[in-house]
Amino acid sequence: MSLIRIQNLARRYVMGTETVHALRGVSVNIERGEYLAIMGPSGSGKSTLMNLLGCLDTPSDGSYELNGKDVARMSDNELADIRNREIGFVFQSFNLLARADALHNVELPLIYAGVPPKERRERARQALVNVGLGERMHHRPNELSGGQRQRVAIARALVNTPSIILADEPTGNLDSKTGVEILSLFEELSRRGNTIIVVTHEEEVAIHARRVIRIRDGLIAADEINLHPRAVVASAPTP
Amino acid sequence: MNPGRELIEMVRMAGNAVKTHVLRSSLTILGVFVGVFSIIAVMTGIRVLQANLEDAMNGLGANTFQFQRFPAISFDDADWEKYLRRRRFRVEDLDRLEQRVTLAQAVSASADFGSGEASSKYARTNPNIPGIGMTPEAFTTQNLTLGEGRGFSAADDDSGRLVCALGFDLAAKLFPQGSPLGESVKFQGISYKVVGVLAQRGALFGQSRDNFIAVPLGTARRLYGENLSVRLQVQAPNRDTYGDMVEQARGVMRAMRRVPPGDDDDFEIVSNESAVGQFRSLTSAIRLGVAAISSIALIAAGIGIMNIMLVSVTERTREIGIRRAIGARKRSVMLQFIAEAVLLSEVGGALGVVGGILFGNLLSFVVKAPPVIPWDWVGIGLAICSAVGILFGTYPAWKAAHLDPIDSLRYE
Repeated sequence: MSLIRIQNLARRYVMGTETVHALRGVSVNIERGEYLAIMGPSGSGKSTLMNLLGCLDTPSDGSYELNGKDVARMSDNELADIRNREIGFVFQSFNLLARADALHNVELPLIYAGVPPKERRERARQALVNVGLGERMHHRPNELSGGQRQRVAIARALVNTPSIILADEPTGNLDSKTGVEILSLFEELSRRGNTIIVVTHEEEVAIHARRVIRIRDGLIAADEINLHPRAVVASAPTP
Repeated sequence: MNPGRELIEMVRMAGNAVKTHVLRSSLTILGVFVGVFSIIAVMTGIRVLQANLEDAMNGLGANTFQFQRFPAISFDDADWEKYLRRRRFRVEDLDRLEQRVTLAQAVSASADFGSGEASSKYARTNPNIPGIGMTPEAFTTQNLTLGEGRGFSAADDDSGRLVCALGFDLAAKLFPQGSPLGESVKFQGISYKVVGVLAQRGALFGQSRDNFIAVPLGTARRLYGENLSVRLQVQAPNRDTYGDMVEQARGVMRAMRRVPPGDDDDFEIVSNESAVGQFRSLTSAIRLGVAAISSIALIAAGIGIMNIMLVSVTERTREIGIRRAIGARKRSVMLQFIAEAVLLSEVGGALGVVGGILFGNLLSFVVKAPPVIPWDWVGIGLAICSAVGILFGTYPAWKAAHLDPIDSLRYE
């Protein structure tokens, strides 16, 4: 069974008197363990698709099954719980809590999952060690470099062992060297069996994924298997 | 997440948020502090006075009341004229009370005959020592215990002997060493032989109640005139007969003073309890006033909290978006912000309680009474703070919880 089954997914926004069709009926299946890139120019609907995939938004039409559960008709509370357990977000602008140290940032999803303090501290610590930040646990985001911040965000995304890692332009705010480091981390995560969906408009990023979906005008324009994904060649620290 | 732990987590988050904005939080807290401080300070002050008063309202013996022209406590000048016009009590009234109030165990009379200077061969006082004439029974009915020596005998009273009993402080002042018994004391130019010294009674509202000289009422009348205005005390043998006795004595007194049926008494019946009761009813007005002013202060403080919470919600839109994205339910966000408002309010409240108790108890130094902690008002104050926090924190928290996660994540 597919991890994600999407059928005829549509999303309309009403803006004043006009109705904007951001997604016009997208169908796609995504299997467990896939490394997928969603590409498209701005205004193509890829952000809308990402919000729907991330359960931040609900579709106007169509169905979305995640792990066999129909997410499209869920209540706000149920969606919050799904985001907490099934989805790990990685954002372009990191989106860490500025006043909390790295450890607390990574702990946050576990707090909302109701994990007892001792256990969640241990799990957060382990997640930071796994992304190579064992030494930086008590640094605040402004005391960390961009690459390190994105690693904290990745540790936060991973800490509750979600079904999908959903990354929105994860290298957009990083210089190319650091971007490569982050991509190699994704590759490593993919090798360990994580499902990764990267939303991007950069070919450089998409080229590492094993499958690329191109969106244009709210529809899937292409869905290709990348037979020769480029391996990241960089002296990235092995986690 | 179970609700108990959720609450703990949200309070912890709220604490961190309050700590990060020290100045802003302090200013918000200040408003609540002022409101709670004023309530607690005044309530503590009143409680100190009341404890002092109840402690000291032993001017009369057990199961005793006193007939007098003036009420124990009065703050209305307009009524003063009315009291002044009332007919005075005379010594003759005492005999009739003795005959007709059959339920009484003892009746007595006492009178002030003016203040003056008292002196012994060792020392002299300022001319402000009150002189009191007393019948022998007045020692028991006025709760005066003898420290040494004796009270007055019927013979002292009947023949107007020049003997006196001294209040504890006066005795100590006039006779710094050795017993005053048998010594002579000069008061308003007349020499009296000391036969007794009274036990210490302590102070009321900071004023000594042990600075007086007592002589037999017969002596006072002989020296200062038969028409001396007196106070009359009536004592019941026990608590059970007290109420009936008061009614009997009231009837007798109305008949004696020819008060027409249906008219108000033209005299006051004062007991230890009625004096305390009068003080209570007086202070209840003060309490009400302070409660009203403090409520206004607390509402203003609540609006301050709401304001700062609304600013905080806007500032932290992005944080709210992040929390929602990683799985916070609306309820969690709401709880977090309400907890923050309640925390601000409670910190101010706790400081106000501590400050108010300390400030109110300054009065206990002034009146030399033991300090008090008004626990009931501590509870009420803190409960009100929680209510203010919840009341004024709910709307900002609701606003925070209902932000759209997608928009909040993009918020700059």
